[in-house]
Amino acid sequence: MAHALADDQYGLASPPQLGPVLEIRDLSVEYVLEGGIVCAVDKVSFDVAPGEFLAIVGESGCGKSTLLFGIAQLLNPPAEISGGSVAFKGRNLVQLTEHDLAAVRWKDMSVVMQSAMNALNPVTSVGAQFKDAMRAHGVTSKDEIHRRSVEVLKMVGIDPVHLKSYPHQLSGGMRQRSMIAMAMLFTPELIIMDEPTSALDVVAQRSLMAQIKDLQREFDFAVIFVTHDMSLVRHFSDRLMVMYAGQVSEVGPTRQLFDQPHHPYTVGLMDAFPSIRGPRVQLTGIPGSPPDLARPPAGCRFAPRCPKVMSRCETDPPPDYHVDGTSVRCFLYDEAEVLSD
Amino acid sequence: MAIPVTTTGLPQPAEGISGTQRRGASRITKAIRTNRKATIGVVLMGIFILVALFPGLFAHQNPNTITNHVFARPSAAHWLGTDNLGRDVYAQVIDGTRNVLILALAVGLLTTTVAMLIGVAAAYLGGVWDSVLNFVTDVLLVIPIFPLLIIIAAYLPNAGNNVLILVLAFTGWSYTARQLRSQAQSLRNRDFLLAARVRGERPRYIIVVEILPVMTSLLLASFLNNALYAVLAGSGLQFIGIGNSNNVSWGTTLYWAQQNNALGSGLYVWAIVPGACIALLGAAFAFINYAFDEIGNPALRPLTAAKARKAAQASTKRRLAGYGARAR
Amino acid sequence: MRFIIRRAGFFVLTLWACLSLNFFLPRIMPGNPINNIISKLHNVTQAQELAIERSLGIDNKAGIWRQYLTYLGNTAQGKLGLSVGNGGEPVSQLIRQALPWTLGLIGITTILAFIIGTAIGAIAAWRRGSRLDSALPPLFVFTTAIPFFWVGMMLILIFSSILGLLPSYGAYSLGTTPSFSLGFIGQVLEYAILPALTLLITSIGGWVLTMRNTMVTTLTEDYVRMARAKGLPSSKVMVGYAARNAILPNLTGFALSLGFVVSGAILVEYVFNYPGLGNMLLSAVNNVDYPLMQGLFLIITICVLVAILLSDIATAILDPRTRTAG
Repeated sequence: MAHALADDQYGLASPPQLGPVLEIRDLSVEYVLEGGIVCAVDKVSFDVAPGEFLAIVGESGCGKSTLLFGIAQLLNPPAEISGGSVAFKGRNLVQLTEHDLAAVRWKDMSVVMQSAMNALNPVTSVGAQFKDAMRAHGVTSKDEIHRRSVEVLKMVGIDPVHLKSYPHQLSGGMRQRSMIAMAMLFTPELIIMDEPTSALDVVAQRSLMAQIKDLQREFDFAVIFVTHDMSLVRHFSDRLMVMYAGQVSEVGPTRQLFDQPHHPYTVGLMDAFPSIRGPRVQLTGIPGSPPDLARPPAGCRFAPRCPKVMSRCETDPPPDYHVDGTSVRCFLYDEAEVLSD
Repeated sequence: MAIPVTTTGLPQPAEGISGTQRRGASRITKAIRTNRKATIGVVLMGIFILVALFPGLFAHQNPNTITNHVFARPSAAHWLGTDNLGRDVYAQVIDGTRNVLILALAVGLLTTTVAMLIGVAAAYLGGVWDSVLNFVTDVLLVIPIFPLLIIIAAYLPNAGNNVLILVLAFTGWSYTARQLRSQAQSLRNRDFLLAARVRGERPRYIIVVEILPVMTSLLLASFLNNALYAVLAGSGLQFIGIGNSNNVSWGTTLYWAQQNNALGSGLYVWAIVPGACIALLGAAFAFINYAFDEIGNPALRPLTAAKARKAAQASTKRRLAGYGARAR
Repeated sequence: MRFIIRRAGFFVLTLWACLSLNFFLPRIMPGNPINNIISKLHNVTQAQELAIERSLGIDNKAGIWRQYLTYLGNTAQGKLGLSVGNGGEPVSQLIRQALPWTLGLIGITTILAFIIGTAIGAIAAWRRGSRLDSALPPLFVFTTAIPFFWVGMMLILIFSSILGLLPSYGAYSLGTTPSFSLGFIGQVLEYAILPALTLLITSIGGWVLTMRNTMVTTLTEDYVRMARAKGLPSSKVMVGYAARNAILPNLTGFALSLGFVVSGAILVEYVFNYPGLGNMLLSAVNNVDYPLMQGLFLIITICVLVAILLSDIATAILDPRTRTAG
């Protein structure tokens, strides 16, 4: 864990964070299209504690990637944040100007994207892209840039000779790992990852996850990990958040959700991923398809597909309920204490 | 002459067959009405087509009548003056419209057809055929066409309009053929084609009934591009004196203007008007083509002032409502 | 490396096709012009007539394929024959005189148009929704449709005929002998302004529009988003990440557009009577000067091929993916 120079440059000397590193409150993201406005993320709220590994899972189109980009202030038009706050270490990122944001970017919060082939600049070398990031944040000495670049590559197990390589010359797994190395340049307190393993084969996936977990343990940063593959995050995440149709349907400790899922959607997801070693069960899916977010249903968004649907589910949108340390958005748990409205 | 404008640098992948093809006609009229470029283009084109079909409505003099009234300035009798043989320039311009339009449409159609046959065949047949056709296409792309046209014309003195059309079409198909081949290739292994092959349909049927309808947008764009090419190349050739200079056309009128030093002797209108017409017709083709690009690729559409204002108002409202509070 | 070799092979094949066109075209056209050329020769010596026949591959004693091979061989050795219309001067000499003018005017102007057009297109795309971005596309769509020669004529009209500011005829004033003096260079520049402006106005539109369209697509790419995520200054994002990638299709387009550049060059040289290859080609056609015509066609093709090769090299430098593709 020894790092010689300029610890505060790499964010290692900062005092331990007391409160949550990220507090999202009622964050909403809309797509302003010619046909109308589509609300892709609807009043999402959650916290991320320092050093915590939070996994966000859900079907394609449930809004998880949009949520991620909304948090990182990286939305492209026609998407825009339409409400809510993103408090990172106490500061609301949504209200910051680009100039103030730039200081936070990469030093305190970095991003790892889904396909390194698309996320790395195809015409410049890997080392040059590391250099860009460092120079943007005040590291100008060529020696220092080289030293740190070599250091982060070694952290992810890549031979530093590849600083001169171009992205298309590396294998898929190496590309993803170099993206993670790049994200580690300033040892930020939060790394947001958008399905970083989707483009890899199963073996590379596991090894990458293990690597991420090792790094996390060593450098103590928080991770928000978006994926559609629940089995992947089962052993690596501390908390698990399930999204459906732009809303959080359930969030709680991973163990809890796997052992005792509460929301009917979560139950359906768990059943769809049978364990390899467990008893043989009938493969079930969830019939139907997610709602059209341009015209979201009036009540609970999962109601059309829910096996436990009740009459009030179709007219009233359910609030969050607090059950066994988990937060669930379902009327089934109405007897319990209401968490928020 | 125009540098070809490519929208993405690569030939566009085909859009899926869906209800859009069926609703095509109404979509097109709506798109034309709302997109300013398309409106201008279609209106201009309409005017020119009208003039070409009914020249008698617009000009009352015979463009070929030789008079003694040579090199006349614009006057009430001759709105744009007369040329070196005393012919009425205005009548020449009106009458020449038909010539130019026929050239544009004929070459556009012929070139696109030839390109389609070669490009799609190359993509579909593959193998040796593909390599051979590809090579011919590439060579023709690289060899400078305009000098070639000039030289061919030199071997065929006094060639009429029809020869011009044929020569333009058979030298200009290469760029379109390349684009069509790329698109056909990307379609080649799509499922609906595999289904047709499994059904036992013959290649000719597959090409005509299954592939071509999907490629209509590219075919239309190619037609417009080639028509533009014909207008500019054809007028260019006529301007330097190739082809029958006694045919009445904008290019030939300009030829006579240049030969008689119109610019140096103050007969400006003689030089300005036919050239302006070429520019406007060319612009009409170009505008329509570009508008279809924008219609097909919404990312390219201009953010009109009104839309931008509305979007700005909405975001200000949100900011003023204060973050952290409920937005609704 | 393999890439360059394959390209070189293609170029050689194209040159062969060009020469074959030169040889066979006049022999297949109706009226068999090649037989008429001999009867049109005036005021040439016996030796000159022989040289011209040889350059056209005419050998009445040999069969057509033998003539063809001899013709190819002669051209490869640079024996392009004698000009019929210019009193028997060697074609290669005439070409050598005209080449620098064309390369200078057309070459420099085209590169300028490419650079300026690409820059404008990139800036317009970066500032989506601004007044610049809304006004530019219609303007440049219009300019791409204007014929080269008409723009030239209009510029002559405004700046020469009406305002009398700039010359409109030739590359330097009549009677001056070319030299490397400052005065002469000044003249050259003065006479080049209008032709260069003509080329610039008509060709710049294509670059602007293509670059803008490519850039708009590139700006939605993940690596641009990543560059923003890293907190890079926006100039760096625009140039190093977006423009650097968006320009690649433009370079390919450059190679394809050379045909139009050549046509524009010929027309502009004609309108301004600029002593370049294009003007020479037109007078050769008027004089039915086949050796000169064919020689010019060959040299113009070579120029285009060289330009394509240069743009290929530029692409290879800018895009490391092409280097390993082979």
